[in-house]
Amino acid sequence: MKDDRGLISAMVPAAARVLRRQVEYDEVVTLEVERPATLTKEFLPGQFNMLYVFGVGEIAVSHSGHPFHQDRIVHTIRAVGKVSRALILLKPGDWLGIRGPYGTPWPIDHAKGQNLIVVAGGLGLAPLRPVLYEVSSAKDAYRSMRLIYGTRDPSSILYQSQFEGGPWAEFGQVTVDSANLDWQGNVGVVTDLISADTLDTENAVALICGPEVMMRFSANALIDLGMREDRIYVSLERNMKCAVKQCGRCQFGPYFVCRDGPVASFGQVDKLLKIAEL
Amino acid sequence: MRTLTDLIVEQGLLKELDPSKIETISGCGKNAVFEAGAYIQKEGDPADHFYLVRAGKASLETFIPGRGNVIFKTLSEGDLVGVSWLVPPYRSSFDARALEECRAIEFDANCLRQHCEADHDLGYALLMKFVPVILDRMRSARLQILDVYGPDGDG
Repeated sequence: MKDDRGLISAMVPAAARVLRRQVEYDEVVTLEVERPATLTKEFLPGQFNMLYVFGVGEIAVSHSGHPFHQDRIVHTIRAVGKVSRALILLKPGDWLGIRGPYGTPWPIDHAKGQNLIVVAGGLGLAPLRPVLYEVSSAKDAYRSMRLIYGTRDPSSILYQSQFEGGPWAEFGQVTVDSANLDWQGNVGVVTDLISADTLDTENAVALICGPEVMMRFSANALIDLGMREDRIYVSLERNMKCAVKQCGRCQFGPYFVCRDGPVASFGQVDKLLKIAEL
Repeated sequence: MRTLTDLIVEQGLLKELDPSKIETISGCGKNAVFEAGAYIQKEGDPADHFYLVRAGKASLETFIPGRGNVIFKTLSEGDLVGVSWLVPPYRSSFDARALEECRAIEFDANCLRQHCEADHDLGYALLMKFVPVILDRMRSARLQILDVYGPDGDG
């Protein structure tokens, strides 16, 4: 028989206070939250928390903060439903509930000594930001580092200051789907930047996060350049409820995304991503 | 001094073609320079030329009322500007503009079409170089239409 008390306590959120609210762009906000003392486990890049807005509901949101600064919990949230909309309206001093961290992390150690390729699309940059923080502070540990970021238009570039003259400028490239004439950067889909001319895919590990269709196309573009499926990692997004592998809400074929994901190798999930019913 | 043939070979697109075919193609080409802001081609114009970008950056654009000209693709070294010259009605579908000084090899489309008509091996070889570019742009266009970065989900 299961230990119901343990299970219940794992699902009780800790109260946490919002310290800072940063509007990234239209309906996308980054919240910095004080880490409650009861959340003893430090997060790893790629993991997520369950965020609870009192009286509204709870959703899963990936960590997007600095893994070396664990005193604050950072989440970037886009308003797409009632809970996320309530979250982005929270102000400094407001309270929310947090439990976590949950899920599998990005395999950063697996990429050490190799070429690291990070491909992000839209808000998919948020779960990869902890990776970029960590890797930026230990560049010598990797043979090379490349970040390719695609988004809808110049006004929806997440963490823009990190690119323009910021710490990601030296290894990051941005492309937008369309732009007005005042945009000086690349225009085109993210896969346009996945090219043998600019990427060293030999002995490479790739981390991809973004809309599922973008991840599929990006992974296939890397495979076309000779990468193996098991060296490409994606972050899955499914609706989660319990986050402790009990309810089955996030079931994805034989996997529970809260337990076996969100980070999984493309080889593991490639065929499942093509099944519309999942 | 590098010949036009050398410059063509330096660009990835046509370099694997048989040298005699590259020689024929280069006979229809010449160097061109576009200042920043200059149009390389305009929507609706006869597709009399196409270009292989050697240096600089160009854009493919179209005018949208209320938004002005919107860029949907930027092109740089090694990229092709213009595929409408391949098939009738030989009319450019979009504006192409130099975003910065742009050096390119300009090809006379009429000249090349005549060579392709006379030598179908050349025509086939060229098509095999152009079709992947067209396919790639079609794939990109479909992803752009899907607007995959738009808000999604219900949480």
